[in-house]
Amino acid sequence: MARQAARGAKASAPEIKKPAAGARKATPKFSTETIEKFYRDMLLIRRFEEKAGQIYGMGLIGGFCHLYIGQEAVVVGMTSAIGDDDAVITSYRDHGHMLACGMEPKGVMAELTGREGGYSKGKGGSMHMFSMEKNFYGGHGIVGACVPLGTGLAFSQKYQGTKNVTLCYMGDGTANQGQVYESFNMAELWSLPVVYVIENNEYAMGTSVKRSSAQTQLYKRGESFNVPGEQVDGMDVFAVAAAGKKAVEWVRSGKGPYILEMKTYRYRGHSMSDPAKYRSKEEVNKKRAEHDPIDHLRQTILDDKIYTEDELKEIDREIKAIIADAVEFAQNSPEPKPEELYTDVVA
Amino acid sequence: MPTEILMPALSPTMTEGKLARWMVKEGDTVSSGDVLAEIETDKATMEVEAVDEGKIGKILIAADTDNVAVNTPIAVLLEEGEDASDLDDYSPSAAPAASQAPDEKEGNDDGDEESAPAPTPRVSTSKTPDAYDASGEIPAGTEMVKMTVRDALRDAMAEEMRNDERVFVMGEEVAEYQGAYKVTQGLLAEFGERRVIDTPITEHGFAGIGVGAAFHGLRPIVEFMTFNFAMQAIDQIVNSAAKTRYMSGGQMSSPIVFRGPNGAASRVAAQHSQCYASWYSHIPGLIVIAPHTAADAKGLLKAAIRNPNPVIFLENEILYGQSFEVPVLDDFVLPIGKAKIERSGDDVTIVSFGMGMRYALEAAEKLAEEDISAEVIDLRTIRPMDMETVLASVRKTNRCVTVEEGWPQSGVGAEITAQIMHHAFDYLDAPVLRVSGKDVPMPYAANLEKLALPHTDEVVAAAKSVCYRD
Repeated sequence: MARQAARGAKASAPEIKKPAAGARKATPKFSTETIEKFYRDMLLIRRFEEKAGQIYGMGLIGGFCHLYIGQEAVVVGMTSAIGDDDAVITSYRDHGHMLACGMEPKGVMAELTGREGGYSKGKGGSMHMFSMEKNFYGGHGIVGACVPLGTGLAFSQKYQGTKNVTLCYMGDGTANQGQVYESFNMAELWSLPVVYVIENNEYAMGTSVKRSSAQTQLYKRGESFNVPGEQVDGMDVFAVAAAGKKAVEWVRSGKGPYILEMKTYRYRGHSMSDPAKYRSKEEVNKKRAEHDPIDHLRQTILDDKIYTEDELKEIDREIKAIIADAVEFAQNSPEPKPEELYTDVVA
Repeated sequence: MPTEILMPALSPTMTEGKLARWMVKEGDTVSSGDVLAEIETDKATMEVEAVDEGKIGKILIAADTDNVAVNTPIAVLLEEGEDASDLDDYSPSAAPAASQAPDEKEGNDDGDEESAPAPTPRVSTSKTPDAYDASGEIPAGTEMVKMTVRDALRDAMAEEMRNDERVFVMGEEVAEYQGAYKVTQGLLAEFGERRVIDTPITEHGFAGIGVGAAFHGLRPIVEFMTFNFAMQAIDQIVNSAAKTRYMSGGQMSSPIVFRGPNGAASRVAAQHSQCYASWYSHIPGLIVIAPHTAADAKGLLKAAIRNPNPVIFLENEILYGQSFEVPVLDDFVLPIGKAKIERSGDDVTIVSFGMGMRYALEAAEKLAEEDISAEVIDLRTIRPMDMETVLASVRKTNRCVTVEEGWPQSGVGAEITAQIMHHAFDYLDAPVLRVSGKDVPMPYAANLEKLALPHTDEVVAAAKSVCYRD
């Protein structure tokens, strides 16, 4: 009882910020180009992941494969808030982040199939891909590790006197790792230019936020370190982009880190071997039906008469063709040569 | 009976220090807790407080005296009822620690009582040509200067920081405190707080920040106050630093140095006394260096900072205060991955590294008295391991003993033994023997700690055993 009372007291502590339900209007203030890019990028990720799931089932992809389906608005909206020289890092559910950063679908898909043409020459796989060219720093398989690493990227950005920032993504599961808080502390202490994006898809593998987190309002997790936080509707790309813009401006101006908690949802299992016993089919279907980020954007585009149904179908066809090319490349790219076993260990 | 006030020790490894100044004079009355004097070592300053009440009868060691051995009487305190006349026939007792202290101590506070003089490298005429010849590392005629390992490490960092703006140091107490073991002394003053960064006590976090900064183009030096605390950070070292080059197909790397004292210090017990050489040497993608001498510490730390890979640089607290000859060169950089024949011999090869070299060299000296000629190899780098030099020596001596402070199972000695068996089996005249730390957590009690550590006599015994000389 005492514990509950204490928790109640915590909940009524001063709020940092919380979105008003249904705040988005049908005509957001974004350019046609931006809206089209949102649509294309989200759809690219959706189709890419659907295809990855299919070819996983055909045995072309091995090991772990964590799909991003449902969460597309988060990474697409956030990416719109940064520039080409800013850095991005995330954990293992990373395909969407790579595509949003502009990495080639062919190279990502070929890495999934473990081929020479993959971003890591087939040596990294789903969870370990990088692109120095696109300032994408991984792709890290250990939950929590990317948070100090991302903080280190921001440290370097500041040390080198740049005005660049880092987007450091993590999941709701990561938010319970100790090193996250070590990072929050140092980032605030040293005013590092990093936005911590907590993608709260409600489940850390099979454990819901409620069952794993004493403080379920994850945007408040920086309070002890004076890191401001904000909760965002992560199923709404416009809300994400607006919050991202604000947060990026904050950190770029030298005020230190910022936390964005994205309320989102993944439709697929944690990985391909998910028993799906921890949540009901109804819950998933309801989210899909009522909150799908791509459906919503599509409807907005039609409502605002930005594109017609036919024009959107044309975009769909283009995306499908890109994915088909990627799959073909990923199937035909050869496996890495045996000599590659011993390369890239040390320089 | 007048009470003697003794020279105190700041740490278990301190043997002597400087009596900097007296805060009292003869005839002063003091009560317990009063500050009597200040003593200094190159590492720290400490106030000597009165334990008993009384009157300062006589000051035995003047202010500003260097090299005062621990436990030397420095003053005499008169108790109630005593006066100066009670001191007429007083003569100070001998300091037990001072009598054991070697002559060539240079105000170091934590050299062991068996400080080995810097050995002169000799080149064996009989060694096979594929072994690494370290004799050319220091050009003939180079001026040498005596320097502690601590100062050599500091100079290495300072030189590299002057040369490369990307290099910075971060860790606990590295800046304002000047280093928990004073290895970073003076760096803050020269390079400022942008490049010499005090961290909170948060090893996992700052190790990861260092790796991230290395991903992004910087050259971090991350100091762990001791490597015992790096276990909190080992995921970032192994999974993030060591594997990224491979996982990224060579695209991204982590040029970072993790350094700090490793292994047993003195009387700090189980959680603070562990050798991590074999742990890190297990990991592909890491470079692991463990120098013994000041010259190797300097030349290899400079090489480590320039190396494009993550480097584990294992130092030793007891060696910090020990002095060795260091070449006076503008840019003294040693090759990573090359062992050094520290003493050449024909009868048995003794392979060691870091602190183990002290036991190995002492043993070689004792063996020589018994007409056993030992070749002592300092690995210097544990990964990549210079097995060529070890194998060449074993093919000559046909016998080998390994020495390390770490535990025996899966240790560095076990690896060397396996490699010798594979590559030089036919040359062996006796099984390779390992001298190592005992297979127990480090005990605190002085006698048990001594038993837990490898000992020179054990190395001698092992060498005699493989030579069938009992």
